[in-house]
Amino acid sequence: MRTQRALFQPVILLSLLSLLAMFPLVGETFYIQLLTKVMIMAIFAMSLDLLVGYTGLVSLGHAAFYGLAGYVLARVAPQYEPANLWTTLPLALAACAAFALLTGLLVLRTSGVYFIMVTLAFAQMLFFVFHDTPIGGGSDGIYIYAKPLVKIGETTLLNLEDRSIFFWFVLGLMAAVYLFLKRVLDSNFGRALIGIKTNEHRLRALGFPTFRYKLASYMLSGTLAGLAGYLAAAQFGFVNPEILGWHTSGGVLMMVILGGMGSLHGAVLGAFAFILLQEVLSNQAWFGDVAKHWQLAMGVFIIVVALLLPRGLMGAAGLYSRKPKEDPAHE
Amino acid sequence: MSEAILRAESLTKRFGGLTAVSEVTLELHVGQVHAVIGPNGAGKSTLTNLLSGDLPATAGAIHYLDEADDRHDLAGMKSDRIARLGIGRSYQKTNIFLPFTAFENCRLAAQSRLPRAWRIFRGADRYQDVNAVAERSLQAAGLAERSAMTAAALSHGEQRQLEIAMCLATQPRVLLLDEPLAGMGPQESQRIIELIQRLSAVHAIMLIEHDMDAVFAVAHRLTVMVNGEVIESGSPAEIRASSKVQQAYLGDAHGGPNG
Repeated sequence: MRTQRALFQPVILLSLLSLLAMFPLVGETFYIQLLTKVMIMAIFAMSLDLLVGYTGLVSLGHAAFYGLAGYVLARVAPQYEPANLWTTLPLALAACAAFALLTGLLVLRTSGVYFIMVTLAFAQMLFFVFHDTPIGGGSDGIYIYAKPLVKIGETTLLNLEDRSIFFWFVLGLMAAVYLFLKRVLDSNFGRALIGIKTNEHRLRALGFPTFRYKLASYMLSGTLAGLAGYLAAAQFGFVNPEILGWHTSGGVLMMVILGGMGSLHGAVLGAFAFILLQEVLSNQAWFGDVAKHWQLAMGVFIIVVALLLPRGLMGAAGLYSRKPKEDPAHE
Repeated sequence: MSEAILRAESLTKRFGGLTAVSEVTLELHVGQVHAVIGPNGAGKSTLTNLLSGDLPATAGAIHYLDEADDRHDLAGMKSDRIARLGIGRSYQKTNIFLPFTAFENCRLAAQSRLPRAWRIFRGADRYQDVNAVAERSLQAAGLAERSAMTAAALSHGEQRQLEIAMCLATQPRVLLLDEPLAGMGPQESQRIIELIQRLSAVHAIMLIEHDMDAVFAVAHRLTVMVNGEVIESGSPAEIRASSKVQQAYLGDAHGGPNG
């Protein structure tokens, strides 16, 4: 059983990835952009799953990192010219890591409901910093007129203005983040995180300095959320305070829960399901005036999933028949 | 006799108005099983929690001599540091990672001794020495055949054995065993008693246990606690003969230490 799964899983994943990679060759512009957005959200959701699903820390302030990275890009990019990806991306990620370190030292002293509240509070503080001070351009936000340049010397490696190339760029990063997190989660560090989620008290009694592990997880998670935020800002061409708001945090948390916490596949699936469903339900051509109330239908869907599929969509897919997080030694 | 590896001095723990542990002084030596007995509520588990750092002491000191003969005062130290210094404990109420396999419970325990925890790209199962320690610990606790089973699926007695196996997997020098035999069948109990006897040769062991036959079978020294205080301390023969101990136990429904 296990060996079969170990063999088939990469085959299935690679097939899905190839199918996705072929989409820009046949799809319309609108759908290429929609799927690009979905994949960016998948990166965002995986980053949050590291915290929620694997470390057991439910954050309602993850948009802080997502938005911060976007604002960093908007602020450091020249006004009408493209920014250099090699400098702006590391800068955006470093800002997120620093913000995670700073806030992590405080928020990680709480747990449970208090952790939810304190992470939300920090995100809201950042929201108002960008909303109410000249740094962020107020509620209108800032436009980013050109996508970042990926150049070596004078040679352009990737022209991100091309929607197909941007699609593949994001696809590549999504796959890279997936593989990266998979490796991290199977390392000693990852096992300790899952141990923290399961029984932090016992892990500490075994000799693990759990606070440091949680801080590292929080920083890693925030930095990867920053990658998603950077890509989103580049794609949409503007940032406004809403990307830092609790709606954004709630949305990505919903994706993680919908897909199945503690599964990277689940996080990706949750992002796809959430955004595509949102697109379908709000389609006026199909649902007429009812489409305006798509959030109602989405709410019903989420309630149904929560009631019937306690392990999210991944649980239903049966792809992790024996929850991998519960049996890490034999994954 | 050699110097004590661990020495608690006038250790006190108050919860508001209640003094759970009062001025307890006690020594643990390598090669000795030091049993702490007493009626329920005597403060034995609280004493364990103070020594392991699960609870901070209100007053008193805990002197510890590490492998390099360096002295440490454990009072006020966090539990993870105390554990890394070589003091392992088991819990009276089973405290394990229920969703993990028995092996992974012990592997994780053994992993805690690795100096380089931050190698985030190397697969956790590729540390052969850690795997070997985990397997040895399962074997010693009599759980070798349950290695691949999820801890939640183990019987109550087996979970108690796993509790001890995890403690062993951290390769401690001092073992604090809080009622290790509670809930075990007679066969497993016998195995654990023999294990404790074997371990005592090279470890310092503090044993809290209600099973008096087991206690008198393995203990080199005994300390009797009542209402948070030590009323007597000495060899098994001295404790059996002590009128104070008999008095304390006569007033108790559980019967005396001889019973």
